[in-house]
Amino acid sequence: MRSVSQRKGSSAAALFGIAGVVAVMVGVLSIAQGVRKTMDGSAVDENAIVLRSGADSEMMSGLAGDDTRIIAEAPGIARNGDGALASPELFVIINLPMRSTGTDANVPLRGVQGQATAVRDSFQLVAGRMFEWGLNEVIVGTGAQEEFAGLEIGSSIEVGQDNWPVVGAFSARGGIAESEIWVDAAVLQPAFRRGNSFQSVAVKLESPQAYDEFKNSLTSDPRLNVKPQREAEYYASQSRTVYNMITGLGTLIAVIMGLGAVFGALNTMYTAVSSRTREIATLRALGFHSTPVIISVLSESLVLAFAGGLIGAGLAWLAFDGFRAATLNWSSFSAITFAFDVNADLLAQGIIFALLIGLAGGLFPAIRAARQPVAQALREL
Amino acid sequence: MTADDADGILVRVGQVDKEFKRGSEVVHVLGGLDLEIPNGEFLALMGPSGSGKSTLLNLIGGLDRPSEGSVEVGGQRVDQLSARKLATWRARHVGLVFQFYNLMPVLNAQKNVELPLLLTRLSRSERKKRASLALDIVGLSHRAGHYPRQLSGGEQQRTGIARAIVTDPTLLLCDEPTGDLDRKSGDEVLDLLQALNKEQGKTIIMVTHDNHAANRASRILYLNKGQLSIDPVD
Ligand SMILES: Nc1ncnc2c1ncn2[C@@H]1O[C@H](COP(=O)(O)OP(=O)(O)O)[C@@H](O)[C@H]1O
Ligand SMILES: [Mg+2]
Repeated sequence: MRSVSQRKGSSAAALFGIAGVVAVMVGVLSIAQGVRKTMDGSAVDENAIVLRSGADSEMMSGLAGDDTRIIAEAPGIARNGDGALASPELFVIINLPMRSTGTDANVPLRGVQGQATAVRDSFQLVAGRMFEWGLNEVIVGTGAQEEFAGLEIGSSIEVGQDNWPVVGAFSARGGIAESEIWVDAAVLQPAFRRGNSFQSVAVKLESPQAYDEFKNSLTSDPRLNVKPQREAEYYASQSRTVYNMITGLGTLIAVIMGLGAVFGALNTMYTAVSSRTREIATLRALGFHSTPVIISVLSESLVLAFAGGLIGAGLAWLAFDGFRAATLNWSSFSAITFAFDVNADLLAQGIIFALLIGLAGGLFPAIRAARQPVAQALREL
Repeated sequence: MTADDADGILVRVGQVDKEFKRGSEVVHVLGGLDLEIPNGEFLALMGPSGSGKSTLLNLIGGLDRPSEGSVEVGGQRVDQLSARKLATWRARHVGLVFQFYNLMPVLNAQKNVELPLLLTRLSRSERKKRASLALDIVGLSHRAGHYPRQLSGGEQQRTGIARAIVTDPTLLLCDEPTGDLDRKSGDEVLDLLQALNKEQGKTIIMVTHDNHAANRASRILYLNKGQLSIDPVD
């Protein structure tokens, strides 16, 4: 039956159709993967974040200065020479022009205290220097620096009436902090008229197991009205919206394009099969059974789809993997930068999708070719 | 396959009706047709276009079933076999030769001839040997490696005949085998069929509309209005 599965010609269209669908699908889904990876990559097992009860994100949270001191005294928090590893932080949003479009987008500006870098052990200064405490200086995450214009060291950002110089850049192992700009909380508070209030306390615990004790002590403290969360939980809840939205969108696009490709493949297979009506009819007249006919037509369709899937997945991988971009964090309405993540799972999904298209496209023509009475098929020449 | 009884009749068509449905319309092609073909005969079937010659050939070759009546070949009621059994039966007992050769374009002559042997249990080397022998019989050994598009019409038809005889069937069914060939190539094909009939005792049914071709046969029958007769129509 080799003969049946050895024709090219009209197959090229289907091949590239399927490749296109798979490339787009893998590309879009890799965005979702990338966002999730950025969020997940930010989480550390022994870290926790404390917000006000009922707040879903830092944006909506608010903690008085006294509260943050009580939180820092809770049991289970790790300590270093400077005291407990608890960092009361402010979180505000400023506008900066995107490099890509020139239009303004939201960038998180985080006010921190001395322990912030000790709590986040992924923090690493990669250029310039740390800001001076008490001065209007900022350091910027490398992700934010890539995404937004005017964040080079030596330039300055506009905050209210002032210009705050950029003095350093930091990385955070690809984590979400890289999308932020940091400044001394004591400088940020008056600039945004926050008095002595904060929005969150980031803490590093002695161990992941210390979390329960830490949490119980805070939730049972009558002076406090706060919600502790493990960092992983918090980031997962933050990224869920984006992840679901992009995954949903990606799936929708893939399904729509996939339907198109199914019809394309169907059409191609019909053309390919009918151009071989005589061959197939002859084989059956010679005594070949229908099953090998179905198998050969189907396998040709699947081979075609597999090749298309490979090409598409390969293209997506070459074009998108590691490609950096920014998206909106729908919980804080600020931009988070992330890298497209084309991983093995996605590639496999793309190829499976392609095979499904091939199966759908090849099955009907195959059954038709095998069902048609031989004498009738022989006449259709 | 041998003739089923002492009188040496290989093909027995009894009271066959055949009609086709085309939409709501029913076309009656054969009506109450009887035919007996002795073993070793070379029969030419003639008749106007659309008279049902191919249809009759298909019924005898087990490619189609009669609406009514019986078709018996070598003692086997082929009209009663399941589609699966029929395919196996065809592969074993019938050699088919088509007007447009129906060779596989992606296979060379040798492989085309070998094709029906894929349905047998023969070893690879045995298949090769038999295909070469069949190509030798039709005088195309020197073309074994050529693809159909590299062969002339006459050569393609001789390849088709080699494919039809490679399984050594008793019955050869040829539907206008010279219909697409020039006189000289046609004559070569007819020479070949005649030789197969005389020297190897193949029973041959050949549909043709060419008197010159029909005259090579040992008997000529005319099909008209669903019936056979020994007299040309009109
Ligand atoms: N599968 C079929 N479906 C419908 N009509 C058919 C079919 N096969 C043959 N016919 C009709 O039967 C008649 C006889 O056809 P055929 O046997 O091919 O004639 P011939 O070979 O003598 O030219 C024609 O009218 C043809 O249209
Ligand atoms: Mg005909």
